[in-house]
Amino acid sequence: MRNFYLIAKKELYSYFSSPVAYVVITIFLVITGYYFYNLLASFSTLSFQASTNPAIAQQQNLLNITETVVRPLFGNISMIMLLMMPLLTMRLFSEEKKSGTIELLLTYPVTDMEVIIGKFIACFVVFLLMLLLTATFPALLILFGEPEIGPTITGYIGLILTGAAFISLGIFTSSLTENQIIAATLSFGVLILFFMMGTSVSLMGPTIGNIMMHISLIGHLEGFAKGIIDTTDIIYYFLFIVLFNFLTLRVLESKKWRG
Amino acid sequence: MIQVEKLTKSYGSYQALNEITFSVEKGEILGFLGPNGAGKTTTMRILTCFFPATSGKARIAGYDVFEEPHEVKKRIGYLPENVPLYRDMKVVDYLSFVAGIKGVRRQDLKMRVGNVLDECGLSDMSNKMINELSKGYRQRVGLAQALVNEPEVLILDEPTVGLDPKQIIEIRKLIKNLAGKRTIILSTHILPEVSMTCNRVVIINKGKVVAVDTPQNLTANIHGASRLIVKVDGPAQDVISGLQKIQGINRVNKKESSNGISEFILDTEKGIDIRRDIAAGIVRSGWGLLELRPVEMSLEDIFIKLVTKE
Repeated sequence: MRNFYLIAKKELYSYFSSPVAYVVITIFLVITGYYFYNLLASFSTLSFQASTNPAIAQQQNLLNITETVVRPLFGNISMIMLLMMPLLTMRLFSEEKKSGTIELLLTYPVTDMEVIIGKFIACFVVFLLMLLLTATFPALLILFGEPEIGPTITGYIGLILTGAAFISLGIFTSSLTENQIIAATLSFGVLILFFMMGTSVSLMGPTIGNIMMHISLIGHLEGFAKGIIDTTDIIYYFLFIVLFNFLTLRVLESKKWRG
Repeated sequence: MIQVEKLTKSYGSYQALNEITFSVEKGEILGFLGPNGAGKTTTMRILTCFFPATSGKARIAGYDVFEEPHEVKKRIGYLPENVPLYRDMKVVDYLSFVAGIKGVRRQDLKMRVGNVLDECGLSDMSNKMINELSKGYRQRVGLAQALVNEPEVLILDEPTVGLDPKQIIEIRKLIKNLAGKRTIILSTHILPEVSMTCNRVVIINKGKVVAVDTPQNLTANIHGASRLIVKVDGPAQDVISGLQKIQGINRVNKKESSNGISEFILDTEKGIDIRRDIAAGIVRSGWGLLELRPVEMSLEDIFIKLVTKE
């Protein structure tokens, strides 16, 4: 128990003693903030138009702040996460491999599992902090408008699960190589594939399309943004996280049989 | 304390270690000697449970490194060759992290880190980033992280490589001070280091043990014959033929001569001291005996001899 904590603490120390965490968090907030501003500005323009043009006013869902601001915002945040999370995870094992510190770490009395979970937790904490700061956007909406609280909260739950999934994948690719750029590129690639799978569903037959829809990351996030907590989605994220942490464990153990 | 039996490690078709066997007693400093690529680091990585051997057995403090790595890891301190440290941490934070992970209890942690900082002469550097330290100080931090949990066994891979002479002396002194309390394996390819710090030497080459002994015994026993240097004032040719008549001399080599003074190297039979006969012979012939002394074979000579034997 103590070892998870110590490794997580040490990793957090590294995140914040170098500019990495600050840069990633700042850029993340700038871009999400920009998206939020755009969404909100177009919503208020629309509201003004609706006050003079009854045709627009009749389109109920356009004037629903949850539908036009909050939901697209979650979609945008998840896309920006896709670009930022690999940058947080890429160093976790690659750097240790490159500098050789992994040799010392793995000769300390810790298990491979403790190392992985410690690193996972550290990265997850940075991610939570990053996401928590975006909560100012819905907070502003609550202050000046009346968004639905329920879907906002479930949307955040969805983002947290998505982030955890990204981290587990990122740690896995980081364990494969001592080159951080390769680690980041691999995780971008795999994440984008998982996203794109959802867009090609309509091109496939019903069976394969259905399977791809279930594997794709997008489909599972959408439910949360709508305010639906579906156990299928939760199990999907859970399995995703367990699978990639398990694969990382195998990679670390492979040094035992690889020549 | 440490038993290694028929340890073998292959990387694909390349055999890094070939059935090496040795043991280390409690409190001993064992020098692990060999040319680059002999298998020193491989052996150490196996002993520290970083990776397993292809076959063979190794036990540290009674625990098998393959079956109970966790118990072994708790009892060792390891300093890898290139001293990998988390350079973005302060010295004291790094050592506290290592101490915690090595299971030093929370209430003892501060004291242990303080002690090890003193022991390794790092007290003034404790608040510096490891990044900013010179190579010598980083080496000390490496040693400090190995010592921080007071391990029974220390495994040091080339602890003095890349240091300046003053730092080398300091690190050696540090290691010598640790002897007795701890069992130490130290690898090196610097020979004087071994004769200065170690009780016993294992020489390995191409993955095989070629000799195990004390540095003194190695220098004494290894040569089949003993050598003498003689400096004589007299005609060189006559001196050679005169020396060759003395019993027990196998070979006479002229090294150099100037102004009628010649220097010879004599290979004599082992076990008999014929220095009196030589002195008497030279004086009887009316030449001047200027110098007569035995040549100790240095560890370097022995090493080269053992390593290039095949």
